[in-house]
Amino acid sequence: MKTTKINYLIPLLLISGILIASNYSSSFNEYISIEKKTLNSSENKDNFTKMMDVLTHPRCMNCHPSDNVPKQGIDSHPHYFGMEGGEKDQGFKATKCATCHQKENNNFSGVPGAPHWGLAPQSMAWKGLTRQEIAAVILNPEKNGGKDHKGVIKHLTEDDLVLWAWNPGVDAAGNKREKPPISEEEFKKVVKEWFADGAIIPEN
Amino acid sequence: MNIKFTINNKPVSIDIEDENTPLLWVVRDILDLKGTKFGCGKAACGACTLHVDDVAVRSCSYAVKFAKDKNVTTIEGLGDVENPHPVQQAWIEEVVPQCGYCQPGFMMATAALLKENPNPTDEDIDKNIINICRCATYYRMRKAIHRAAELTQESKN
Repeated sequence: MKTTKINYLIPLLLISGILIASNYSSSFNEYISIEKKTLNSSENKDNFTKMMDVLTHPRCMNCHPSDNVPKQGIDSHPHYFGMEGGEKDQGFKATKCATCHQKENNNFSGVPGAPHWGLAPQSMAWKGLTRQEIAAVILNPEKNGGKDHKGVIKHLTEDDLVLWAWNPGVDAAGNKREKPPISEEEFKKVVKEWFADGAIIPEN
Repeated sequence: MNIKFTINNKPVSIDIEDENTPLLWVVRDILDLKGTKFGCGKAACGACTLHVDDVAVRSCSYAVKFAKDKNVTTIEGLGDVENPHPVQQAWIEEVVPQCGYCQPGFMMATAALLKENPNPTDEDIDKNIINICRCATYYRMRKAIHRAAELTQESKN
């Protein structure tokens, strides 16, 4: 008797399982298809690519290290003299970033400068992350200093230290430092458009 | 343009054509205080270190316009023969200098460190005193920095 009951029960469970699974897979496929539709927006992807071309350029990346050591130059070598971000991203207690870096570039010494010169906080470490991961960090208020989209746009398009990338001055030998691959105006435009389009992070 | 600031507790007013002139040259050539030295000119060696509002800066990379209304202290203002600063006293006791050229910068950097950290460890010294000495007097300087910390504590007791 017991064997007969189990024989009825097994097909019943199988049919139920298939029905439930088909329902779930239908909604999952639907979800994927919506996302793919959005990701295929070439304009959004183009803005994202241009924005990330700038953010992954050494002019930006050098101050977003993952080891708390600022980097220098287009080859992103570790900052000379063993400088580190210290406890508050502003260097050590007596030898701080501001010991050498002032509010603006110094063309006599070749030392770059901008207001609040210092390292990005470790929560905003980008080195080693993919472009998609960097974008996710930028959008995460728990990592970006509590900024909403408006705050991030303001930081990227108005902060003097960010915009220094387009006014990087000259090095100690008088050579002009390399600027990011697109102009400041275009960068501001693509950032604003990418956020206006919903700040969608494309898959790749 | 005219820029006013205080140097070694004395108010000064200077007229200068280029407000971006490094403070180093104003201190040495206009104010005739030769203790602060020119080393590399690119904020690397630290020979030009002085204090602006008690914070160490590399004066070869510090535009004089930023000194406006601030208090600048050079090695001449740190102490004098009668009343040497604990850092200067320690430097004498430990016979630190060899050629001596870079020493004012080291002493100013040390004074700034002791203000922030009265009892620095060797690691604190390594991180904060990053000036360069071609005579390689680093060993004696480390001893002098620890001695200066002791002297500072003794003077407070």
